Amino acid sequence: MQQIINFIIRYKNFLFYIFLLTISLAFTIQSHSYHQSRFFNSSNWITGNIYGFSQSITTYFDLDGENEKLLLENQRLLDLLINKTPSNTVNIDTTDFRYTIVSGQVIRNSYANQRNYITINKGQKDGIEQDMGVITDMGILGIIENTSNKFATVQSILNVNSNINAKIKNTNHFGSLTWDTKTYNVVQLIDIPKLVPLTVGDTIVTGAMSSIFPENILIGTIKNFDLDNSKSFYRIDVNLFNDMTNLKSVYIINTINRREILELESATTTNE
Amino acid sequence: MNSSYFINIIRFTLLVLVQVLIFNRLNFFGFINPMVYILFLYWYPIKKNRASFIGLGFLLGLSIDFFSDTMAIHTAATLTIAYVRPTIMRFVFGINYEFQSFKLRNTTKAQQFTFLALLIVVHHLVYFSLEIFSFANLLLIIKKVLSIGLASLILCLLFGSLFSTNKE
Repeated sequence: MQQIINFIIRYKNFLFYIFLLTISLAFTIQSHSYHQSRFFNSSNWITGNIYGFSQSITTYFDLDGENEKLLLENQRLLDLLINKTPSNTVNIDTTDFRYTIVSGQVIRNSYANQRNYITINKGQKDGIEQDMGVITDMGILGIIENTSNKFATVQSILNVNSNINAKIKNTNHFGSLTWDTKTYNVVQLIDIPKLVPLTVGDTIVTGAMSSIFPENILIGTIKNFDLDNSKSFYRIDVNLFNDMTNLKSVYIINTINRREILELESATTTNE
Repeated sequence: MNSSYFINIIRFTLLVLVQVLIFNRLNFFGFINPMVYILFLYWYPIKKNRASFIGLGFLLGLSIDFFSDTMAIHTAATLTIAYVRPTIMRFVFGINYEFQSFKLRNTTKAQQFTFLALLIVVHHLVYFSLEIFSFANLLLIIKKVLSIGLASLILCLLFGSLFSTNKE
C-alpha cells in the first residue's frame, strides 16, 4: 500500500498528464469516426458572441463588394421574374412550398484544415436545426451540424466527413461529393459509372436523392476526370463556383417534409 | 505574487483572442495559420507548480479548440508541450535551470531560440499527426509541420521581442 502511494506521489504529474491526454484524445478520436463533437464547437454562447462582435466590425470593410454581389443576384432573379409568362391567377398559397429559406451571415470561416467548419449567426431561435442545407447565391456550401440558441456551425463541403449527393446537370447520373483536402477550390465527385459521357466544363449540381438540398443547386464545373482504382467508376475533380475563402451572406434551406421523409425511411429499414 | 497571476490571466486571454481572431484567419498561401499562443507556455514562470502548469496548458488548448472547431487537437498538443517543457529546458539550458537564480532573460539568444523552436516543433508534430491522422500522409504532415512551424517561429520571435520583459 505504502509503495502504491509512493508511486502515485512520485509520478503524479505524469499520471495527471496521461489523464488529461486521454480526455482530449477521446474527444478527438470519437469525432474521427463520428460527427463533430457536441462540446467542442464554436456555436456556443461565448465563442459565438465574440465571433459575432468581430464580424460586426470587419463586415464594414467590404460592404461595397457585398452590395454589388447582392445587386447582381437581384438582377438575375428579376430577369427570371420578368421573363416568366404571367399566369392568370397568382398562387401564393404557402402550404404548397416545399422549402423555406432563412438568410444568415458567416461569422467565422475556415478552409485550411482537414475538417472545416463555418459558424453562422442564425440558430434555434430562427428555426435552424441539424442537417439543414446551407447555400450561397453562387452554390452549395455545407450542412448544419450543431446549433445553439443564436448561432450554428456548418460542416463545410471542404471537410473529409462531408458526403453530398450530386449529379451531372441534365442527366440522372448520381455520385457522391467528397473532398481530398488538397486545395480549397476543388472537390471530388466519385461513383459516376464509366459509361457516362463526360466533358471538361460540364456543370455539377445537387441530386434529388437527398432530403437536405433541393435538386439542381449549383456546385461547380468539371475540371478533369479519371477512372478510379476499380476502373469502373470516374473520379471527377470539380471546380467550385463558390469562392470558399470569401463568404458573407448565406441561405439556409429548410425542407418542410424532411421529418416525414426520414420517418418513412427509418420505418422502411426497421421493417426489413 | 498577485501581479504575476494577473499578468498571466491577461496574457492567456489576449493570446487566445489574438490567435482566434487574427492568426486563425491569416491563411497565408491558403494553409499557413501560425500558432502564436504557444508563447504563453514559453513565457510562463519556471518555478511554478508543475501540475498547475499542465492544467493550464490543457485549459489553453481547450479554449483555442472551442473557437476553431478542431475537436480537442489543440488541447492534446498544448498539453504535451506543457508536460515535456522541463525536459526541453534541461536539454537546452543544462542543469543550471534548476537553480533559484535562473531567469529566461539571462540566457543567451541562441538558447532562447532553441527552446522556442523545440516547443513549436513538438507542438506542431502532435497537432498535425492528430489532425491528419494517417501515416500514409506522412509527407503532408512533415510539409505542414515545417512550413507552419517556420511561420509560427518567426511570429513568436517577433512577438517575443515586442513584448519582452527585460525592461528593468
